[in-house]
Amino acid sequence: MSLHTPPLATVHRGAGADFTDFGGWEMPVSFDSIRTEHTAVRESVGIFDVSHMSEIVVSGPDATELMNLLTTNDVRSLAPGDAQYSCILAETGTILDDTVVYRYPERDGYLFVPNAGHGKQMADRWSTYARKRGLTVSIHDRTDDTGLVAVQGPAAIETVESVAAGSIAALSRFGATRTDIDGVDCLVARTGYTGEDGVEIFFPAEESTTVWNAFDGVQPCGLGARNTLRLEAGLLLSGQDFDPDDEPRTPLEAGLGFVVDFSKPEFVGREALRDLEHEGVDEQLVGIRVDERAIVRSGYEIFQDGDSIGHATSGTMSPTLGCPIALGYLDTAYAEAGTSLEVDVRGRAVDATVVDQRFLESLETTEETK
Amino acid sequence: MNFQIPDELQYAASHEWVDRRDEVVRIGITDFAQDELGDIVFVELPAEGDTVDRDEAFGLVESIKAISDVYAPVAGTVVEINTAVREQPELINEHPFEDGWLIELEPTGEFDHLLEPAEYRAQL
Repeated sequence: MSLHTPPLATVHRGAGADFTDFGGWEMPVSFDSIRTEHTAVRESVGIFDVSHMSEIVVSGPDATELMNLLTTNDVRSLAPGDAQYSCILAETGTILDDTVVYRYPERDGYLFVPNAGHGKQMADRWSTYARKRGLTVSIHDRTDDTGLVAVQGPAAIETVESVAAGSIAALSRFGATRTDIDGVDCLVARTGYTGEDGVEIFFPAEESTTVWNAFDGVQPCGLGARNTLRLEAGLLLSGQDFDPDDEPRTPLEAGLGFVVDFSKPEFVGREALRDLEHEGVDEQLVGIRVDERAIVRSGYEIFQDGDSIGHATSGTMSPTLGCPIALGYLDTAYAEAGTSLEVDVRGRAVDATVVDQRFLESLETTEETK
Repeated sequence: MNFQIPDELQYAASHEWVDRRDEVVRIGITDFAQDELGDIVFVELPAEGDTVDRDEAFGLVESIKAISDVYAPVAGTVVEINTAVREQPELINEHPFEDGWLIELEPTGEFDHLLEPAEYRAQL
């Protein structure tokens, strides 16, 4: 598979960014130090190029029915200009990907945003099910024609206000509206992946430089800071915290039951999840605070009193909290907050504790020695 | 990028620097190495009295994005470690050639294989 290059690659290179391969895309991992970028988003504002995310547009008379069949949340509850977080499941109940579904504010139909590298798979899946059910819909993978940036942080809204033609201050969380930015028609949604207030802005890919440059002076941030920010907020990463091949998990194990609407009569994966809900899950996702100075990384095994009870799926040093944090799956019997654990960090047993995965809220912020 | 490569030091291809002092050699990682790693958050160092072979991993530095072994550019016995970088690993990012040094060895082997500053610069 050849590497996709984002439209802004040259601009990023000019800004001194380092790049990484992520989901088949060559994306900036950092512009400055990850800590600098992270702090900008927590304290003020930062901008991310997230054009590696996929964009699928679904419209037509049966669009709502198809969306509701293939995602776990209830699409019928979306008013025009509303968005919702959701999961896309296999028939077995395993998460294929997570996504945000947007109902367009100004016209019929939906935009949904699978993770990097999942666009074609999801467009094909939507087409296959539409054909099977005889549904009248049109499905377009717009990933290559769509630019996407995220402006995130406590000062994000005023920053976007200062460059957008229309006001976005009244936009509620998970609301979306259309407005121009420097003459470019944009869909601005109050969504994000950092645990801060902010927006994600969709626009035609060929206008990427115009939109990016409209935010000149805002700290550019790479995927490195995006990862530390989402982890502190306890948000999962598709392909790492769940993955149909390497980490097959249901929404119930992954703590995403809140986006599964069992009141819907039908959705793919419903039967499997229903059974599982009755039986209870064997393992579940937890937040882990590491009590020593050691980073717990993906795949590290977790023990209690010498017994293996799970493994970590993500981990980092939290720049905001000043301690290492991780996400992982544990035997349900050990998943209660406050449980003491040991993590095998390259052969060394490191003490850790189960905590609420919303680390920003569950852990005290400590002033890091500088 | 223009990385610092102080003239008075010698270098290993694996991005460590060597400062040959009277009885001991001081060792750290280069400006290039710290920049590649990014924000360093954890450092593991040997104990005083440990012996290390040339090219043996004697410790590791871990940043938010990566872990890297640190190799001994010369053989010797560890006579001192920089305890400050354990508590403040960011010293390595801020001052890789000064406060961010890692260990001092009493050398027991050769130095001839070490790279001069121009040779090290040429391989970056």
